[in-house]
Amino acid sequence: MAVARAKDVALAARIDGLDLPKGGWLGEARSKAMDRLVAMGLPTKRDEYWRYTNPSSLVSAGAPTSAVFNPDDETPAFDQIGRLKLVFVDGVFDASASDDLAMTGVSIELLSDVAKTDIHWARDLYGVLETRGQSPVERPLAALNSAFATEGVLIRVSARAAKPIHLIYHSNSVTSDVMLHNCVKVEAGANVTLLESGPAAARFIQVMEVDVAEGGVCHHVRTQGRNHERCAATHVFARLAAKARFKSFTVTANGRLTRNEAVVELIGDDAAAHIAGAAMGDGDFHHDDTVFVTHQGERCESRQVFKKVLKNGAIGVFQGKILVKQGAQKTDGYQISQCLLLDEDSQFLAKPELEIYADDVKCSHGSTSGAIDETALYYLRSRGVPLKLAQSLMVLAFLAAAIDEIDDELIATDIRERLQNWLSRHEH
Amino acid sequence: MLEINNLHVKLEEEDKVILRGVDLKVGAGEVHAIMGPNGSGKSTLSYVLSGRDGYTVTDGSAQLDGQELLEMEPEDRAAAGLFLAFQYPVEIPGVGNMTFLRTAVNAQRKKRAEPEMSAGEFLKVVREKAKTLKIDADMLKRPVNVGFSGGEKKRNEILQMAMLEPKMCILDETDSGLDVDAMKLVADGVNALRGAGRSFLVITHYQRLLDHIKPDVVHIMSAGRIIKTGGPELALEVEHNGYADLLAEVK
Repeated sequence: MAVARAKDVALAARIDGLDLPKGGWLGEARSKAMDRLVAMGLPTKRDEYWRYTNPSSLVSAGAPTSAVFNPDDETPAFDQIGRLKLVFVDGVFDASASDDLAMTGVSIELLSDVAKTDIHWARDLYGVLETRGQSPVERPLAALNSAFATEGVLIRVSARAAKPIHLIYHSNSVTSDVMLHNCVKVEAGANVTLLESGPAAARFIQVMEVDVAEGGVCHHVRTQGRNHERCAATHVFARLAAKARFKSFTVTANGRLTRNEAVVELIGDDAAAHIAGAAMGDGDFHHDDTVFVTHQGERCESRQVFKKVLKNGAIGVFQGKILVKQGAQKTDGYQISQCLLLDEDSQFLAKPELEIYADDVKCSHGSTSGAIDETALYYLRSRGVPLKLAQSLMVLAFLAAAIDEIDDELIATDIRERLQNWLSRHEH
Repeated sequence: MLEINNLHVKLEEEDKVILRGVDLKVGAGEVHAIMGPNGSGKSTLSYVLSGRDGYTVTDGSAQLDGQELLEMEPEDRAAAGLFLAFQYPVEIPGVGNMTFLRTAVNAQRKKRAEPEMSAGEFLKVVREKAKTLKIDADMLKRPVNVGFSGGEKKRNEILQMAMLEPKMCILDETDSGLDVDAMKLVADGVNALRGAGRSFLVITHYQRLLDHIKPDVVHIMSAGRIIKTGGPELALEVEHNGYADLLAEVK
């Protein structure tokens, strides 16, 4: 009882001052989300899936301050790629910095623009996949977001999008506390690439719901901002119909606390989902990938590929699950999480889980952590490659398998160069 | 070029002495061969000269053109002109062979304050050299030594040598695991690099490699020392009679 009361108090403090707008289709979705949130309470370190990651900075009453990172300090993400840009500054849409939102076969709207209407297609998506994703593992921060998100993008794709859509999240404030909620509906046979970059805020709680209809394709690639002091909890909820494909890749090169959750349901037959991530942490860096993939359709394929490189006491967490439901025959599930520890102060905590109720499936998982290969390092140095550069080459080589999950070669090159630049800062 | 004096080396982790006073002098443009039975310390000598961890030098010195090698980092030894062709070339998954080669070439040039090679220039040169060693484009694209056959790995070592243009090349049992044709190819690669003041130290068990790479001087190593030095005829003697007679003679 005392615990329950403590949770109530914590929740009241967390949402104090937040606005819960009523009315329109969204008002209804928000109030349902609020009910879910109250029933669950905020996460604490005692919760099973928060044992390795302390949620305190995510659930505290105010956002911990975060020094603003100078964006000129690195090349803007994806700037060599023709794409449609939407810019948000501390969670507020910046129309002047954004492109015209018109694109053939794609409808792009802002959450704030359509919240008050009675009917909107997003009504069947907003909070819906999030709700499905609350069982069997509760994700209270996602419900918090569904209730209080102030902005977001609603994207409906009915054809092959001519170019990627790039959501850019700038942050100019040391105390900004932002919740964005994006919904992406990919109709049958349609195809879209979604890019995200930037820190968004001192504290960022994000939800993205992606519904991919039969034969649809959604590629998602993001690079999380280099602001070191920021904290973020992001959630991707994806649902795939028959023959649908969803690929999501995230690179994280900094951040005091990052928790990236991905919850994927393979509902139709012959669908495929790949979730991958590359993280490089230095110092007081805590990075958590929590993934839950559910196989329901037959002959579906899922891959989880996560690589982390840690040093100077950085901490990496991986909690990955594959659930194969009864009847999900011929499932092909794969999961690998690997960590390269560059010193003895850093830590990697991994919890791979498989739960299988079908009898004709192929599922494998592996998790490793280790140091850099000294023999390979010596070989490189014996050819004249200086130690730091040799280490960088080895680090990039280690991360390569995750980056290989990106289909688009231009985007993959952007990510590789980003990592290379980041590493070369530390070479001298 | 290379001058080794009274070199004593033991394993770092255990109290095992491997080299017990090696003396060796290789002049500019000379080719020396070191032969010797298993466990005589031939490979250790090559590792110690190139700067591999795990060994402690307890006495002696090794100089390359008057520079004290043993105090330098491996990358500095390479930039100074030392090259070791490995007996067991290392596989490095994820690092492309071309990236590796170009990084190495330019890192050395940078250290010597020479202009770096542009991507275009590098590509032209590497293709040309690869062709003479029968290394195809696919091998250049693959990760370093990953999935290479024994022969391909050794050819890749010689390609690196050709690109890096070292002054002092040490070949550690480059003939091991090679068939006759592959050995010929590798030897041709090495011979093409001879001259211009470049020196070689060829470590081998067998005389047959020396049929292709003709040495000026042959040394016999045993129990951590050079026990006999002679001309090419010494290699033939070993081939015919084995090491037993030589060892007995010294004792």
